[in-house]
Amino acid sequence: MKAMLNETPLVEAVANRLSPPIWRWLGIAAILATACILPFAISGYHVSQFSQVLIYAIAMLGLNILTGFNGQISLGHGAFYAIGAYTTAILLDKTGIPYWATVPIAGAICLGAGFLFGLPALRLEGLYLALATVAFAVATPQILKFKGFDSWTGGVQGIQVDSPAAPFGLPLNTDRWIYYFCLIWAVALVIIARNLLSGRTGRAMIAIRDHPLAAATMGVDTALYKSLTFGISAMYTGIAGALGAVLSAYVSPDSFPVLLSIKFLVGSVVGGIASISGAFIGALFIEFTPNFADQISKAAPDAIFGIFVIALMYLMPTGAIGIFNFIGVRLRRWAVAKRQY
Amino acid sequence: MQGFLHQLLSGLANGGIYASLALALVMIYQATHHVNFAQGAMAMFSTYIAWALIDAGVPYWTAFGLTLFFSFLAGVAIERIIIRPVECGPALTIVIVFVGLLLILNSLAGWIFSYTIKKFPSPFPSTAWYGSKYLSPHEVGMIVVTLAVLILVFLFFRFTPLGLAMRAAAQNPVSSRLVGIRVGWMLAFGWGLAAAIGAVAGMMAAPIVYLDPDMMSGILLYGFAGALLGGIDNPWGAVLGGFFVGVLENIAGAYVVGTELKLTVALVIIVGVLVFKPAGLFGRTLVARV
Repeated sequence: MKAMLNETPLVEAVANRLSPPIWRWLGIAAILATACILPFAISGYHVSQFSQVLIYAIAMLGLNILTGFNGQISLGHGAFYAIGAYTTAILLDKTGIPYWATVPIAGAICLGAGFLFGLPALRLEGLYLALATVAFAVATPQILKFKGFDSWTGGVQGIQVDSPAAPFGLPLNTDRWIYYFCLIWAVALVIIARNLLSGRTGRAMIAIRDHPLAAATMGVDTALYKSLTFGISAMYTGIAGALGAVLSAYVSPDSFPVLLSIKFLVGSVVGGIASISGAFIGALFIEFTPNFADQISKAAPDAIFGIFVIALMYLMPTGAIGIFNFIGVRLRRWAVAKRQY
Repeated sequence: MQGFLHQLLSGLANGGIYASLALALVMIYQATHHVNFAQGAMAMFSTYIAWALIDAGVPYWTAFGLTLFFSFLAGVAIERIIIRPVECGPALTIVIVFVGLLLILNSLAGWIFSYTIKKFPSPFPSTAWYGSKYLSPHEVGMIVVTLAVLILVFLFFRFTPLGLAMRAAAQNPVSSRLVGIRVGWMLAFGWGLAAAIGAVAGMMAAPIVYLDPDMMSGILLYGFAGALLGGIDNPWGAVLGGFFVGVLENIAGAYVVGTELKLTVALVIIVGVLVFKPAGLFGRTLVARV
């Protein structure tokens, strides 16, 4: 038994080998298949809800890249979401650009905006960065209401746009088509995030998070990488905002309160901030918990939501993904131990 | 010129509110190095308690005192129950817990006292002798109350054994514990004091901005800006910063950007200070040892 204890790391290494990647692929395939069938199994309103989940997941994926993998806390991603949404709405309103082409444009604009915001953010760490970004989020609705931009943003009234119909004569109604449109974007962005994070760039980001000085010593250009990460993160959230504008067919300054930024960060942390799949769990959390809290207490749903959030922080500080990984490691150890006897 | 003087002075009066809130932020920052995102919500909730007391017929200054007392207790309780378990956690966890606290307080206030906007009385009669064409009596009162709070806090920390113990606990927790100071309780008292100072800010602000659950969000931002401008580890600096931000906001609002973009002024100040002089005007520069 004593020998067993000493061999634990080895056992774990063996266990990791024994878990064949084929299971992983099967799992991903199963989830994707479920996601594809889903809109036909539920009614119209619920389809929109799940489109919103995908959109939130993309936004939080951006936040996870920034906060989870690069260690920069942002409480202002609602602002980038707003920039993305307004870019799409203004392009649809003023120009003849088709809706699907506005999404990458919104992403590009947010990439630039995020990179620029990332430059002053270089000087800030932890709580200070959270502070500066929350100021950004608080100021956003006011800037959007500003009279000088009225001819573009529509002021307090906002902008109304048309919902797209399914292309190529596909037999889908608008709700379902938007869902698939979001799903395509989500899958593409997840693949991009995975490749980005598992490669050289991702290692540099993580090194900066864990030990900036050591990273700099190893030759990582920390300033460039940090602002670039901010840009990429803002790009993800901006694309999500653009999709959000397409989904709701309407943008107004009051759709982007500080609470939106807060929700993004809360969802990311609850899902598991340093993971890609955590973004989807977090998105489910922020889309459906308010409904659930509403059922518990009609009067003060936000209070229930707040209590959930604090309780989750005490019980699982690494988020849902952290718990899954923990259980997974335990199960594998148990399986290996059983095989040995 | 008269208009300018009016803007300047009423900016100073608003600055009093920001200064009180900045002072509350600095109190908590000095003790625990946390920036309390829920400070505004705590102040708002205290103001509602004061409103409920006054509404029930309690005279203003009695209600004022009772509110300070309740706020102090609530601040201590929040530190002991909610913040303590995550005290040593990573910054992200602490931010999330503060955010959760903010949501809870906002929602509870709306639930208990309803979301309708309420009028809050001013203790300074509008025809008092100290009013003038530049400053209303309430604005004069606000400045006086802020300065009084500041002096009381200074006297408390400078001349009382408890104040000394609290300073010691904030500066060097390990040695303080060795000489018998109960560091955990000192931090909780720090939170209680901050909550009470925030309550003063809330009660002074409410007659101007009216009472509703979101009344402090903008004010908190200016408080942050003031605290950062003055240096978040320096109480005097934070108070000066608060006054300065009040004046700047009012003058920029009147002459430069217009009232609609006032919050953007706070954003510009915060980002500007953090970029060009992160330690603030009167703060110490942090030197980290590798």
